[in-house]
Amino acid sequence: MKLSGGDLLMRALKDEGVKFIFGYPGGAALHIYDSIFKQKACEHILVRHEQGATHAADGYSRATGKPGVALVTSGPGATNAITGLATAFMDSIPLVVISGQVQSHLIGTDSFQETDMIGISRPIVKHSFIVQNTKDIPRIVQEAFHIATTGRPGPVVIDIPKDKTDPSKLYEYKRAKEISLRSYQPQILPHPGQIKKACKNILSAERPVIYAGGGVILGNAHKELIALNKLIKVPVTNTLMGLGAYPANDKYFMGMLGMHGTYQANMAMHNADVIIAIGARFDDRITNTPSLFSPKARIIHIDVDPASISKIINADIPIVGQVKESIAALIKEIKRSKLKIDSDALDEWNSQISTWRAKHGLDHELYLKKNKSKMILPQVVVQELYHATNGNAWVTSDVGQHQMFVAQYYHFNKPRRWVNSGGLGTMGFGLPAAMGVKLAFPKDEVVCVTGEGSIQMCIQELSTCLQYNLPIKIININNEALGMVRQWQDMNYGGRHSASTYADSLPDFVKLTQSYGHVGLKVTKKSQLKKTLEKAFAMKDRLVFVDVYVDPNEHVYPMLVAPNGSMKDMWISKNTKV
Amino acid sequence: MKRIISILIENKPGALARVVGLFHQRGYNIETLNVGPVFDGSYSRMTVTTRGSEHDVEQITKQINKIIDVIKVSDLTEGDHHEYEFIMIKFKQSSKIQKILKNLNGKIHEKNKDAMVVSAWGPSSDIEVAIKAIGKVNLLEIARSGSIGLHEGTKVLKI
Ligand SMILES: Cc1ncc(C[n+]2csc(CCOP(=O)(O)OP(=O)(O)O)c2C)c(N)n1
Ligand SMILES: [Mg+2]
Repeated sequence: MKLSGGDLLMRALKDEGVKFIFGYPGGAALHIYDSIFKQKACEHILVRHEQGATHAADGYSRATGKPGVALVTSGPGATNAITGLATAFMDSIPLVVISGQVQSHLIGTDSFQETDMIGISRPIVKHSFIVQNTKDIPRIVQEAFHIATTGRPGPVVIDIPKDKTDPSKLYEYKRAKEISLRSYQPQILPHPGQIKKACKNILSAERPVIYAGGGVILGNAHKELIALNKLIKVPVTNTLMGLGAYPANDKYFMGMLGMHGTYQANMAMHNADVIIAIGARFDDRITNTPSLFSPKARIIHIDVDPASISKIINADIPIVGQVKESIAALIKEIKRSKLKIDSDALDEWNSQISTWRAKHGLDHELYLKKNKSKMILPQVVVQELYHATNGNAWVTSDVGQHQMFVAQYYHFNKPRRWVNSGGLGTMGFGLPAAMGVKLAFPKDEVVCVTGEGSIQMCIQELSTCLQYNLPIKIININNEALGMVRQWQDMNYGGRHSASTYADSLPDFVKLTQSYGHVGLKVTKKSQLKKTLEKAFAMKDRLVFVDVYVDPNEHVYPMLVAPNGSMKDMWISKNTKV
Repeated sequence: MKRIISILIENKPGALARVVGLFHQRGYNIETLNVGPVFDGSYSRMTVTTRGSEHDVEQITKQINKIIDVIKVSDLTEGDHHEYEFIMIKFKQSSKIQKILKNLNGKIHEKNKDAMVVSAWGPSSDIEVAIKAIGKVNLLEIARSGSIGLHEGTKVLKI
């Protein structure tokens, strides 16, 4: 049977196993939308802003490991998708974003709703395609999914001029058995010689640290990571993107590292003699000043992307390969090796870390006791949330202090449960991302922990949640300010709160949520917090927005001292620098 | 240090823009750029000259390699290589031209009373010398091919 371009596209998406398309229609995409109407395999989710479409597809992908799909029209539809593309690109999330384009003969004429999507998106996509011949659509879709999901994953754009989906022009649908691109062959297996070297270094280490990032989650290698550490029993830290890659309740887990990492994780990194970096990229929010980074450590760096290795910090033992295969090879080599790790040295190292943890760790009980605030502390909100959800929720977040508090105080024991924009730090990500997660796991608890600043950047998606019945729980940590901005102004600008407060003009979030057809609850007193959360989570089939007013003066600590600091230089409270 | 980077890339629309864009995105400069289809025409070979440290060039080549359409990348300056550049120049009549082009292989294409067109090729260091010298004569316009080059010996940039 012959199909139109739009039908070819839908058939190709079906054959890729696509369940959801997050999108928003418009002129250049109308033929495609008609094809969507005529099929059943993929459900279209109508968002309220194209940024929401890309974030929702992104959240779906982060939670499931499958590629997310978004569909937008040309011009403003395409430009609205850009923030979501950049967000996915920075965190290596596999997305396929399909954009309608003006008709081929109008391209280059400044025609209505024409934007050079390929040009605008070029620096923030893994690859992009423009459809020149309708019959190529199935092949392009196949290649797009292949590229998005293999190697270091990332977003791919397919730009389709309207005439290429003309319903009156029909073509044969052909699907290749296998995709092989002569210019793209990501390396899978690590070099055995490098694995040997890494093994030798690990087994002769006295102060080793595993520094694991989002690559472990993207590469589905958390089981291998746990198995590796069953063998070598060394302290482990996860990046913001890697939380959940190693279980937070394991005794070797030190918490997150970096800018707002734990004292013990940052100290361990600074004092290590061997750092085993796995699927992490030595981001500037981790290393602090690169020239002062971990002066004594030999660096073993495993990554699927050779360009990530020795980009910021020189790797002594670079290992290019899929994280899963590389850790597996390392485990094999360690088991085979005659060397034995010096367990006395390791005991001493682990007890040193315990000492650090006891001294300045995120000991919450202690912190609560010392804190005299009459108001609710934001950290406590996260802790109560952890209890209310038995630590089992899927948690999305936005950007700011609330995000860091979740990273610090919600202990993720499973991969993919923590969904946040780490690389780009995109406010507005949390709610649409939660929609993607909820669609993927409708029976599970999905929570968006947000701030009153961030939530207003994609608040319109509350309407989408009503249309598709997505009973997400939104926990708004309301400090009546762009808290993270204000924290920096407190610390570096003499407390001059330039454009970071708006207490007198915030909306009534309870009424706002109600007008979108959902439930809104407000908490201002410590005594109400626990009960209100319980009440919210008891409403299984309703979206509940819990607006929690917290102490606006709280800062996020620890915080690395910058500029010119190393990882051991931290603020651990408003007036203590170590 | 000056680097000559050779790139074998799919001859597809937009492929060149991806490479050029990448230099800008990653904060590197392109000094010269040459591109043309090779083999069966489904490939292009690009030659880019840039400046940077060893670390810079390692990053540039790795990042270029990540571009999906790129098949092979090689820094010619890493080893022995042949390198040439071609220029065409239009002068008002000049008597000094022979002297200026003395180290280069040249050819006069056109000579009349108002203008004279010559072409010349040679190692880009000699081209640079000539261009400096031309500055002092009656130059009308000049076009440069940018460096192109090949590895010495049997080493090749091929799939
Ligand atoms: C789209 C976007 N704009 C600006 C920023 C810069 N920024 C980072 S955190 C922050 C404040 C966020 O405020 P809120 O959501 O209330 O979170 P809080 O820090 O108060 O918890 C801002 C403005 C950003 N990350 N994203
Ligand atoms: Mg806030």
